[in-house]
Amino acid sequence: MLRLPILTSLFAFTMSLAPSLVTAASDQVTTYELDNGMDVVVIEDHRVPAVVHMVWYRAGSADETRGTSGIAHFLEHLMFKGTETLDPGEFSKTVAANGGSDNAFTSYDYTGYFQRVASDRLPLMMQMEADRMVNLRLTEADILTEREVIIEERNQRVENDPGSLFREQRMAALYLNHPYGTPIIGWRHEMVDLGLDDALAYFERFYAPNNAILIVAGDVQPEDVLKLAKEHYGPIPANPELEARHRPEEPPQIVERRLMFSDPRVAQPYVLRSYLAPERDSGAQEKAAALTLLAEVLGGGQTSVLNRKLQFETQKSIYTSAFYSGVSLDDTTFGLIIVPAKGVSLEEGEAALDAAVAEFLEEGIDPDQLERIKFQLKAQDIYARDDANRLARRYGVALTSGLTVEDVQAWPDILQAVTAEDILAAAHEVFDRKKAVTGYLMGEDKQEVSQ
Amino acid sequence: MKRLILTVGLMFCGAFAQASTDIQVVESEAGHTAWLVEEPSIPFVALELRFKGGASLDAPGKRGAANLMVALLEEGAGDLDARGFAAATESIAAQFSYDVSDDSVSISAKFLSETQDEAMELLRQSLIAPRFDQDAIDRVRAQVLSGITSDAKDPDTIATQSWDNLVFGDHPYGSDYSGTLDSVSALTRDDILASHQSLLADDRVYVAAAGDISAEELGALLDKLLADLPASGPEMPADFDVQTKAGVTVIPFDTPQSVAVFGHKGMKRDDPDFFAAYVLNVVLGGGGFEARLMNEVREKRGLTYGVYSYLVPKDHAELYLGRVASANDRIAETVSVIRDEWAKMASAGVTEDELNRAKTYLTGGYALRFDGNGPIARILVGMQMEGLSPDYIKTRNANIEAVTLEDIQRVAGELLQPDQLHFVVVGQPEGL
Repeated sequence: MLRLPILTSLFAFTMSLAPSLVTAASDQVTTYELDNGMDVVVIEDHRVPAVVHMVWYRAGSADETRGTSGIAHFLEHLMFKGTETLDPGEFSKTVAANGGSDNAFTSYDYTGYFQRVASDRLPLMMQMEADRMVNLRLTEADILTEREVIIEERNQRVENDPGSLFREQRMAALYLNHPYGTPIIGWRHEMVDLGLDDALAYFERFYAPNNAILIVAGDVQPEDVLKLAKEHYGPIPANPELEARHRPEEPPQIVERRLMFSDPRVAQPYVLRSYLAPERDSGAQEKAAALTLLAEVLGGGQTSVLNRKLQFETQKSIYTSAFYSGVSLDDTTFGLIIVPAKGVSLEEGEAALDAAVAEFLEEGIDPDQLERIKFQLKAQDIYARDDANRLARRYGVALTSGLTVEDVQAWPDILQAVTAEDILAAAHEVFDRKKAVTGYLMGEDKQEVSQ
Repeated sequence: MKRLILTVGLMFCGAFAQASTDIQVVESEAGHTAWLVEEPSIPFVALELRFKGGASLDAPGKRGAANLMVALLEEGAGDLDARGFAAATESIAAQFSYDVSDDSVSISAKFLSETQDEAMELLRQSLIAPRFDQDAIDRVRAQVLSGITSDAKDPDTIATQSWDNLVFGDHPYGSDYSGTLDSVSALTRDDILASHQSLLADDRVYVAAAGDISAEELGALLDKLLADLPASGPEMPADFDVQTKAGVTVIPFDTPQSVAVFGHKGMKRDDPDFFAAYVLNVVLGGGGFEARLMNEVREKRGLTYGVYSYLVPKDHAELYLGRVASANDRIAETVSVIRDEWAKMASAGVTEDELNRAKTYLTGGYALRFDGNGPIARILVGMQMEGLSPDYIKTRNANIEAVTLEDIQRVAGELLQPDQLHFVVVGQPEGL
């Protein structure tokens, strides 16, 4: 949910630090906490005189008041509409005039703002970001125009894309009570009524230094960043009324859900199943590590189990995958997808997928494959060091999802320690159809076709 | 196999002042050339290869051959079948990607320094000895056909394809390089072999590397990697003179938001006015929120989430293109605002303030593009493709600074042609 659509992919992979191949990657990361509770993370990369400056709030769409879906993302847009000292649009204009670029993003668990500039422009970025943390000024006119923009954004991302509509329906079915079932961008019927009061209420409740993380990555010295942070963010008072993040929890999930979604704009039908799955918890990331490897073993590329069974040994599918993202404040999802080959129905595709998974659980894990995956995980850390932005983002996502810097740095070793038995145990636990939604995405309504 | 209009290679390229002095032009013993930025602090290498020509060299009646051929390069080579090749690549954690566009075949590789020899041998095999096994052909062909079917119902792709077809007709640029269901279904293994022999030729390859590798190592690597390529390939396609007329072509499609592609003839990359045109585009629709189109269409009126314009100097034709999406009942107003802005800038140009801000944005942001081995290698290979010298980097910001208000006003009058500005709109637009 970037405020500005970006034409190229910024963040391609999200694997973690692996010190076994890297010369103490953690040494590049320095952390502080300001007196007002704001966390500071500095990631050094001195190869080029540039820096990315980010402020992350521990507040996302899943923290919204019910009935105001989309307000977290709407506020993210409105944060560019000016302060007591900056005119609407002047923030980005100033960044651009300094040769930089800026943007922002909203997810379930966080909202983030960033600027990429030459290192010597960092003080100005901090000054402006600190300013809008407290001095935001909005008018009714800003609200009305920008609301049209987010509705067009929803049109572009969701209404024009049946795959996205399908995803919204699946998520809503998977989460019976938790707000992850509500789309980040919001339900359209609530978006059209979002107002100034809703935005300001969210802003007052969540935008404060004790709910924020400053991340600076690039050609900077940690002590210089700390000094600047104290100067610009230090004077902002903490919000004493900031509450702990407790979202409505899921009740016991006791029945499988299935949904069939037809849209004439769908050309390629597929079956996608999402299971409710545990996330990475601070100090207890082992199960999530096993699930991370399970996704790789099942669906990570050409040599994965599902590819082998469903594309090579049989020709049931043209594409299969398994996916899991462990970084999440609350229960996340583990997904399986099969795009059936021509002439294979969705029912047959689903059956083939289930059979392949059942066989895998019986056959166990190929040790060579596991070794390859673990080596790739280590290597991806080396590749990741090439991109300070990506590293910064990795820390931001983790720290707004209940993890600590120590958790992020422990993760590579935890991944390497996962055994084949751990993976199979995690598989048996997560593959519970009572906690799953199975969706069929189809081109035409079957009933219409048969009539 | 995507079809991105905007790629790094089309943009201005360069490196940091200090990085520029570090570009080494490596000449191998066998006479191959590569550009290198040696950066040993992270133990890996980013290597970029480009073969000029690309999908526009598809033989008559064989549309989609290049696309399918390139997708098959990683599906088995030498002694290894598809899964064997993948397992070998995974076991050394190398990353190879193979892509095709209208004008080039792109190969990007990343590999750990410690596995350099193994990685380069795998890459070499995929270039000179791809197997094109029939089962791999059938499997990948099914994926390509699925993509073609999906593209036919995707408003963004429909808009791009319709624009290309309208403007370029029978020229290779006029049809999607994925091919059609019929043309791809009819491709034989021989067609794919022929495409391979034509496209990956030594007389059209460009190479750049960045990372933990010395000039000497890179030279030796080049000779091994490229030694067995065919010496030459077919002639490039003919140049095409873009001609459009003001107007709107509506492609009916049942979806809530209309997608529009618009534009007309652009400017050659080696035109002396290209710097001025580039700066002009930043003011009109190229930058961020400060661009006039973004300001008028989005910030003031809330008509869209994003509107952009970009210069597209392809190898055989030049376009000036834009893209926007608005709800069906609002797209007519969007089109009208864009037309007005186009005409306004054509006649009145830009203001001194706009020019200065665009210059600061471009010169200040220049350094930020070079923030890793991967980006640097891509930029260096793009520069070679565009015929630039390493020295270009040292003068690039000065060239931007040298653009005067008079230059811009003159170029605005020449480049922007309201009476040629054509829109292709996909959706159910009201009032168009």
